[in-house]
Amino acid sequence: MQKLGDFKPPHFFNYPPYFTLQPLKDTQQKQVQLWKELILDYCRTQKIFVIGLEDDFPLFSNSAIERSLSHEARDIFLSGLVSDGRAEWMDKGHKKCLILWLRIQDWADCILRFVKDNGLEDSVMTVEEIRSGIESQGTELHGMDRTVLMRALRMLEQKGKLAMFKGSSADDEGVKFSA
Amino acid sequence: MAAGKWLPSAQLTSSGRPVLLPGEVECSTLSSVDLECEENSNFPNFKSGVLILTTHRILWIDETNNKGAASIPLGAVTHIFSLKKSIKAMFGKPKVRFQVSAAADGRVDEKGSTSIVITLVLRGKSDPDVFYSRFWEVWRSRSWEVLNIAGDSDSRLERSGGSMEGSSVVRMPVVGISGILRKEQELWESTDKSLQDAFQDLNALMSKAKEMVMLAEKMRLKLLSGSTSQANAANDDDTGSKQEMQDWLLSVGIVSPVTKESAGALYHQQLSRQLADFVKLPLEKAGGMIALIDVYCLFNRARGTELISPEDLIQACALWEKFDVPVMLRKFESGVMVIQNKSHSDEEVFARIKSLALRPNALWTGINPSDAATTLGIAPALAKEHLLTAESQGLLCRDISPEGFRFFINVFKDIEPNNIYLVKEHGIYGTWVSATTAPG
Repeated sequence: MQKLGDFKPPHFFNYPPYFTLQPLKDTQQKQVQLWKELILDYCRTQKIFVIGLEDDFPLFSNSAIERSLSHEARDIFLSGLVSDGRAEWMDKGHKKCLILWLRIQDWADCILRFVKDNGLEDSVMTVEEIRSGIESQGTELHGMDRTVLMRALRMLEQKGKLAMFKGSSADDEGVKFSA
Repeated sequence: MAAGKWLPSAQLTSSGRPVLLPGEVECSTLSSVDLECEENSNFPNFKSGVLILTTHRILWIDETNNKGAASIPLGAVTHIFSLKKSIKAMFGKPKVRFQVSAAADGRVDEKGSTSIVITLVLRGKSDPDVFYSRFWEVWRSRSWEVLNIAGDSDSRLERSGGSMEGSSVVRMPVVGISGILRKEQELWESTDKSLQDAFQDLNALMSKAKEMVMLAEKMRLKLLSGSTSQANAANDDDTGSKQEMQDWLLSVGIVSPVTKESAGALYHQQLSRQLADFVKLPLEKAGGMIALIDVYCLFNRARGTELISPEDLIQACALWEKFDVPVMLRKFESGVMVIQNKSHSDEEVFARIKSLALRPNALWTGINPSDAATTLGIAPALAKEHLLTAESQGLLCRDISPEGFRFFINVFKDIEPNNIYLVKEHGIYGTWVSATTAPG
């Protein structure tokens, strides 16, 4: 609980069997569901986009009851999110997982809303500005993961809502929003 | 059963095995035997039963009806006819005929004034000559009469020692130490003679088996108490050999083991019934469930000799399905095999486990097999099987940690994935939350 900052987990976070992968199919199914929800919740509130399986991810252990998830359990729960389309493996070895507590589609909608709210139709902005500029402050876009942002932008580009281009500086890209 | 009218009835255990008289030993078991009486037209039909020849009686058991068994005391047999070797006999089923004392009304009675002829028709696959010679042997040795002689073992030993003249041995007056010494000497001499005779003739050994066991028991007691007489003090060398001796002596258990020899083709069936009887007491002591490996040890230890193999044991248990016995073999998912009472109820065990898991301290720290073993009154290994079974029913969840393997009551069932912060008021999850978030 201490490592989770101001995040208050549900009561079952202190239930020791929650941290042991259950062998019985029905029980395990329920356990997986609860972990998926909890992971998404935590990542959403803490704005976490990537989980490294071998890292000391705070949610995966509870020092108050001295329990932590085995590697196998972590893999199973995250794979569950991947199957639901709420996460993606970033490597074949399942070492890093991208958490989509908003789906790419949802992010895309966020961007469109942002464009509309700020009257940005037909104007240009850099990718970096989208996620750290003044305009995005107070929205979910602020501080978002760059990889996820790029994915959402690419999706919108395919739908013709915007166009991407290389910017003046070598490592920055720009976006022109459609009218 | 109508037998009671003409033949004394015989008591059976709940597994269909005969209740033996003190000192009675089984010698032969045959299947599919008819028992007939030519002179008595009112004699009921004893068709195709199991015939057991013992040192004291002939028993006829109807396998289809657990309550029916008849007996003919060997003391009532007055003559055994020789086996007919006629052509007629060759085509029919082998028959063993013998004469039995009966009362005036035709009822078999040792002290009867008249006699009737009983015929055994051997329809099974057994060898009639073997049975016939056993019958003669056992009738001649008159083991049942040993019971009637009151008094000390000395006279009994001398009697069956064989080479002593009759039973009238002249005794010197028992006076003082020398009298005691002489008495001991006589005892050891007759014991020695008895042992010598026994070991020379294996057949005789089998009939003396009971005496051997009694001797072993006497020797064991003597060794345990230590002796005060001079004669014996000279014979004990040191406590080392005493200990060795003690280790050799077997505990006295089942006097009449069912052996492949005495039951032949029926070996597994009779063994199966005997096992069902034997296992009752250990089962009770173990709280209604006992591991098969433990039964194997206990049963063989009680048999003493004629040990059974693990395969025999499993086959004997498997046969229980065919008989109406109150016990059964059960295999857990983990592979552990146990014997349990048929009346054992899993539901009842689960109810007890559930209430154990809902106790305040169990809600905090869970339960382990030791806790369950104490509550259920069974061995920890079996308690773990019950916990695993309860888990497979969705009653418990496991918790594996460096502290060990523990189980908690399953609270997951009460939690909604769509609303993970909701704690329903009534429900196991609610109970668990209240118990574990209260201070202290």
